[in-house]
Amino acid sequence: MSKTTNNGNLLEIKGLTGGVEDAEILRGIDLTVGGGELHAIMGPNGSGKSTLANILMGNPRYHISDGEIYFHGELLNELDPDERARLGLFLAFQYPSEIPGVSMDKFLRDAYNSVKRDSVSVGKFAKMLRKKMDDLEMDESFASRYLNEGFSGGEKKRSEMLQMAVLEPRLAVLDETDSGLDIDALKVVAESVNKLKNPEMGVLVITHYQRILQYLNPDYVYIMLDGRIVEKGGPELAEKLEDKGYDWIREKVGLDE
Amino acid sequence: MSDTQLKPANQDYEYGWHSEHRYKFKAPPGLTEDLIVDISKRKEEPEWMLEKRLEGFREFMKKPMPTWGGDLSDIDFNEIIYYLQPDYQKNKNQTWDDVPDDLKETFERIGIPEAERKFLAGVSNQFDSESVYSKLKGAWEKKGVLFYDMDTGLKEHPELVQEYFGTLIPASDNKFAALNTAVWSGGSFIYVPPGVKVGLPLQAYFRINAENAGQFERTLIVVDKDAEVHYIEGCTSPSYSTNALHAAVVELIAHEGATLRYTTLQNWYSSVYNLVTKRSKAEKNARVEWIDYNGGSKLTMKYPSVYLVGEGAHAEIVSIATANENQHQDTGGKAIHAAPNTTSKVTAKSISFDGGRTSYRGLIKVYPGMENCKSDIECDALMMGSRAESDTYPYMEIEDDTAQIEHEATVSKIGEEQLFYLMSRGLTEEQAKRMIVHGFLDEFERTLPMEYAVEFNRLVDLQMEGSVG
Repeated sequence: MSKTTNNGNLLEIKGLTGGVEDAEILRGIDLTVGGGELHAIMGPNGSGKSTLANILMGNPRYHISDGEIYFHGELLNELDPDERARLGLFLAFQYPSEIPGVSMDKFLRDAYNSVKRDSVSVGKFAKMLRKKMDDLEMDESFASRYLNEGFSGGEKKRSEMLQMAVLEPRLAVLDETDSGLDIDALKVVAESVNKLKNPEMGVLVITHYQRILQYLNPDYVYIMLDGRIVEKGGPELAEKLEDKGYDWIREKVGLDE
Repeated sequence: MSDTQLKPANQDYEYGWHSEHRYKFKAPPGLTEDLIVDISKRKEEPEWMLEKRLEGFREFMKKPMPTWGGDLSDIDFNEIIYYLQPDYQKNKNQTWDDVPDDLKETFERIGIPEAERKFLAGVSNQFDSESVYSKLKGAWEKKGVLFYDMDTGLKEHPELVQEYFGTLIPASDNKFAALNTAVWSGGSFIYVPPGVKVGLPLQAYFRINAENAGQFERTLIVVDKDAEVHYIEGCTSPSYSTNALHAAVVELIAHEGATLRYTTLQNWYSSVYNLVTKRSKAEKNARVEWIDYNGGSKLTMKYPSVYLVGEGAHAEIVSIATANENQHQDTGGKAIHAAPNTTSKVTAKSISFDGGRTSYRGLIKVYPGMENCKSDIECDALMMGSRAESDTYPYMEIEDDTAQIEHEATVSKIGEEQLFYLMSRGLTEEQAKRMIVHGFLDEFERTLPMEYAVEFNRLVDLQMEGSVG
């Protein structure tokens, strides 16, 4: 019943406008991500980057006013977050919630079974989880801790990476996963992404700073300002931002009037 | 499965059937002195017990209805049937096979024999007023552990019962304790001799079967010096639209160095008034734990208490409540520090689903001169839905300056962000809510033996199904 497009793109965003609660924030976003590609959206605070991430995942506090989001050709606009997750979309949160009393392994098994439409046994899942944790060099005690409860900033981001590793999404959106991390934690996150990336999987990194991109080698870099993508380029664009800040682009697109 | 007795209006309540049971004696509704004399006679009780009952009756008539807590205005004492005797007499050497089929069927549906077969040390079942099956596994019996229904306990060990009966909760304590004293029937009587540690939990199951019935079980547990026991009770009832009354009295005595844990899983149908008085006494270095879950009933008013009367005694009260639409759980606990160097810990957790109400009501009292007492109180309430209600009434009467009291309270709503987070990982809204709720109750679940944890999980899930929609 859903509308489809007939090209092979993983993610296709067309003329997307929308916002959070009463505020309209996105003013027309067009973006296409293919399998195996790493795209980075950069922008200053308030540019609408996180709004885009939340709308992509279907946060009910956010709304779409116009435009379409297609994922593997399927229209996402009206789907609940869990339906999007089952299609293979993943959002690494900027501020992951804490869920007291729910252990990581139990949560991950339920999520895995739901996303993969499987009912893998406790024992089999434990083995699989151990391997994923070894790959990410995580201590096994992590699995029995309550989901994100009392985690440090770095631990929360590693928890997000582990979730991504377990759920094996087709497209991962990283919403400011680098914010608030020291350089070591940042490297760990970047290494995790690089390990998990594969030729079919797309990655969309949303970030304020260029530093995480040094470790991720993006194929495409976009600059977002005031709810629009105002500049496109390759990795050199990120470096330019690092040198010059965001002011030159504001002047260039005439947003400082 | 065809079940013609299940009332269709109550599909969410899986214990909602009732058996068409024959009763040997069914009292007419209403309470009179003659009925009390008759009950006592039928039970062939000693004279002193009849005196206690009559004293209870007088106190009951004298005492006004409580005006605090929940709404009791719908209770009509003249419509309640105070005594029902199933047509079946116990004998001492019974096994499960001796219990008549229709009663057995009732209990099999609740899952008792399975539990018994598996690992429970002893089982006692109460069906309306009389306990129909009660047996203690041989090993404990040999060590002198006594586990009877209360009526048998009184017959076999009248001196022990007389020594303790009503010492913690006299008839004059409150209107419902007075009523219980007047018409009590069944309940459990347990005595654990000095030094005996009963390694597996003793279990009782209570069920109201008849419409308009009252159940007034009376439980007395005495744990002697350095002995240890864990007692678990569960309760269910059929789905009737008329009100039923459950007014139990439970007295626990923990002698020096004794450990006593009392666990309740309460799942009465939502027309039952559950008005229960539970009190315990902890002597020197004794430890009493009340683990109390209330998920059923229309209104529960229950505040298990521990009187810490010997130095070094410890009280642990865990009060868990879940309230669905039109349910009010007014629950909590009391710790009375009546000796120096005593400690108490009260943990209350409640979930109100949409239209449900939970109230925490608790008292910590430290008498003057009782030095170095410590108490930790933690109350967490979780609300789900815009019509969920929760309130807290923590009372403190601290009359000694050296007391250390800590009180922490949180009230939270299931957060949209938490739900979104879990759903973004592929969990449906219902799965996500269930995960948050079970996480909230996880700590409590861990205090339960495996089978009960499973049962508890199921009860909470059933309740959620009715509210999540």
